Amino acid sequence: MTARAVVTGLGIVAPNGLGTEEYWAATLAGKSGLGPVTRFDAGRYPSRIAGEVPGFVPEEHIPSRLLPQTDHMTRLALTAAGWAVEDAAVDPAALDEYGMGVVTAASGGGVEYGQRELQNLWSRGKEYVSAYQSFAWFYAVNTGQISIRHKMRGPSGVLVTEQAGGLDTLGHARRHVRRGIPLVVSGGVDGALCPWGWVAQIATGRLSTADDPDRAYLPFTDEASGYVPGEGGAILLVEDAGAARARGAERIYGEIAGYAATFDPRPGSGRPPGLRRAVEEALADARMTAAEVDVVFADAAGVPELDRAEADTLTAVFGPYGVPVTAPKTMTGRLFGGGASLDVAAALLSLRDGVVPPTANVTAPADGLALDLVTGCAREARLRTALVLARGYGGFNAAMVVRRV
Amino acid sequence: MSGHTLIDLPELTRLLRECAGEEEGVDLDGDVLDTAFMELGYDSLALLQVIGCIQRDHGIELDEDAVAEAETPRALLDVINSAARDAEKLAA
Amino acid sequence: MTPTTPTIPTTPMTPMTPTTPTTRRVAITGLGVVAPGGIGVKAYWEMLTAGRSATRTITHFDASPFRSRVAAECDFDPEAAGLSPQEIRRMDRAAQFAVVSAREALADSGIEADTYAPARIGVALGNAVGCTTSLEREYVVVSDGGRKWTVDHEYAVPELYRHFVPSSMVAELAWTAGAEGPAAMVSTGCTSGLDALGHAAELIREGSADLVVAGATEAPISPITSACFDAIHATTPRNDDPEHACRPFDRTRNGLVLGEGAATLVLEDLEHARRRGAHVYAEIAGFASRCNAHHMTGLKPDGREMAEAIDVALAQARIDPSEVDYVNAHGSSTKMNDRHETAAFKRSLGHHAYRTPVSSIKSMIGHSLGAIGGLEAAACALAIEHGVLPPTANLTEPDPECDLDYIPLHAREQRTDVVLSVGSGFGGFQTALVLARPERSGR
Repeated sequence: MTARAVVTGLGIVAPNGLGTEEYWAATLAGKSGLGPVTRFDAGRYPSRIAGEVPGFVPEEHIPSRLLPQTDHMTRLALTAAGWAVEDAAVDPAALDEYGMGVVTAASGGGVEYGQRELQNLWSRGKEYVSAYQSFAWFYAVNTGQISIRHKMRGPSGVLVTEQAGGLDTLGHARRHVRRGIPLVVSGGVDGALCPWGWVAQIATGRLSTADDPDRAYLPFTDEASGYVPGEGGAILLVEDAGAARARGAERIYGEIAGYAATFDPRPGSGRPPGLRRAVEEALADARMTAAEVDVVFADAAGVPELDRAEADTLTAVFGPYGVPVTAPKTMTGRLFGGGASLDVAAALLSLRDGVVPPTANVTAPADGLALDLVTGCAREARLRTALVLARGYGGFNAAMVVRRV
Repeated sequence: MSGHTLIDLPELTRLLRECAGEEEGVDLDGDVLDTAFMELGYDSLALLQVIGCIQRDHGIELDEDAVAEAETPRALLDVINSAARDAEKLAA
Repeated sequence: MTPTTPTIPTTPMTPMTPTTPTTRRVAITGLGVVAPGGIGVKAYWEMLTAGRSATRTITHFDASPFRSRVAAECDFDPEAAGLSPQEIRRMDRAAQFAVVSAREALADSGIEADTYAPARIGVALGNAVGCTTSLEREYVVVSDGGRKWTVDHEYAVPELYRHFVPSSMVAELAWTAGAEGPAAMVSTGCTSGLDALGHAAELIREGSADLVVAGATEAPISPITSACFDAIHATTPRNDDPEHACRPFDRTRNGLVLGEGAATLVLEDLEHARRRGAHVYAEIAGFASRCNAHHMTGLKPDGREMAEAIDVALAQARIDPSEVDYVNAHGSSTKMNDRHETAAFKRSLGHHAYRTPVSSIKSMIGHSLGAIGGLEAAACALAIEHGVLPPTANLTEPDPECDLDYIPLHAREQRTDVVLSVGSGFGGFQTALVLARPERSGR
């Protein structure tokens, strides 16, 4: 009998809410966290809207000794991880140190920190580069800092699959649980809201250039013109179901029932993209049929051809208008390594409360997309199973099935 | 010992705070001259950061081994200030 | 921090045993290498077994302002290595290394285009610092030499985002291999290479893939990397003797030497590999990673968490510590590391540690961060294949605190069935990988 991996704690830092309940209330109310960039002067760039985490005062959450050595996104990650541990009412000191792992997603690392140190090096000289730069910006930083802070010495890792990373890390956490590790802190918190991170994204041509925050990120619509970047994400506490029961865990949000990852074929090969196979394999992994899925949290790229590919996949698997689909990331922007794990957190909260959050600012899907898109208000429903999709730049696809236990 | 002091304890603790933050439960303004850096919550990385700033901003070079062996603020200040005095003599 | 003298436990510690036994075994059926001093597996192995060091004064950029000015650089001509002008333009140097090593490994494995369905082929790529070289080059342009905080998007090259997210290198490998199964970059600092192999083996064991292209690549030799390591005195200041600058386990060692390169190992379900008559170098018999949860860069002298990783990896492989024939050490040539892992070996292997040859090939190819684990694993597979153990170059004055058999200076011929390779990285990661001859006695 394979061990079951369940989620027992959530830590959320999102542009529309700091902390799980604040985020969830805003999300159900369709309250967006997108707005003009304030963290740097974006006036000169063609894209000027972002999802910034509001009201985060690092000194209130992060020990003074860690401040000089952490990028903004690492501070957010440490905060989310602390909240997840707290939410699960876990006392790491009371558990086997090697039975707790940390697996996080990354995309560009501590980009703002890195830009500052690159500037120090090139404008002032190597003597001005911080002794902390060697790890403050690298991709493994969040896992390392979280493991140190909570004294977790079990198998740990970092996966980089751009925006699919939030699912891949949770899938990897489940892998560890199945191999006998009782507890894994997992998910992603990410962000690159600085000029250097901004310019790198502008180069993709996928960044929305709309100036109205309510019109900038409109996936699945005729007006879709790209995405809005945000910062934040979610850290989830994944546990072996038996171990969670044994320690008297108060709350189980749900089970990671199925997961699969695929990669798109080389462009120009004429072969179909891999998203559909990810969905089908994740369902097979969960031993479920499409009919048992009650809601889908979409990747919602905001790029017309990618939206169409996703909608076609959903239609092929579930039939036209076959399942409610939503994209709460319309309220946060796309969060790189953090986005998909935030979607899983949102899916688990949906299962808990029997309500699907809306896709903000979208009134109806574009012609030809046969989607039952949840728009306007949150929709109450009997929910047992949710499917979360994510795609990462370059061809990564991941799908995860979560269900109530 | 003669000559002026380049860095005194208040300046060192200011730099430590600025470069590496401050450990909870430690009073850097107290009598810390002979308290080990480890007890003050500063590891070798924190000290490298502080030493880097001092060398850069005052144009002095400190002996790496001597710095590594300095376990307290007093010992480190000795290394810094004697190096500064040597540099002054050399310049004179 | 109180230094403790390593002690030898009288009985090995009891490791955690995996709860899900698995029947699938993982074979290494193809190797490809881009390394300092040797492009291609043949040149690489000749160099390692000759005990020749490829460390030299940095030529990639003007390193004269830096405290450490030594590195192990690859003499790599992308065109001669078979890359097209478009590939060269699109890819960072690290991606170029990865693709060139993957092509060699795939050819070596003998798989044909239709041996496996694309959905059954996965990719795992170890890498620590991404497309550093390209990113720094482009940063200098868009910031006008570091003068501007609000950098100019007008000067950004179209490839910038590819360099910005290192996962783009995974795409290059997937395209090279025709892979459409699970693909990911594993980025755990200096253990990335070993951890990518562990991840790849896991994908095969659990049935998510039948073949995984497991690569590891890094091209970090650039001003920002030198500045980083300078600032924490991690790299050696032995600039007057670059060829002998990396001295693992030597009393006079004083820091690591940066390296670059890539290795790809083709991993395959052993039964599949045998059915198609593939040459099997070795199997991945065990793998474990642990965190020291101690410090982002520092190590505790007792080697406790690395020892735990070794114990778990050996238990997974069902191999007794006394069966280990060779240990490929992390051996980074820093004061702290070499004592740390010597302590770890004694903790895990007990008295057998004194009878087991240990070496660090970083003495010859430097420390290529996320790539080194792959390069070391390739060397381990070749050691099993050829019955030759690569030496620790430059080890002329043993450190009394490092008192094991480190195979100084000269390669050693020895039949080798079981190899342990370990890594240790920023972030506190400690990893152990066990490679073994699949048909060793009793299997």
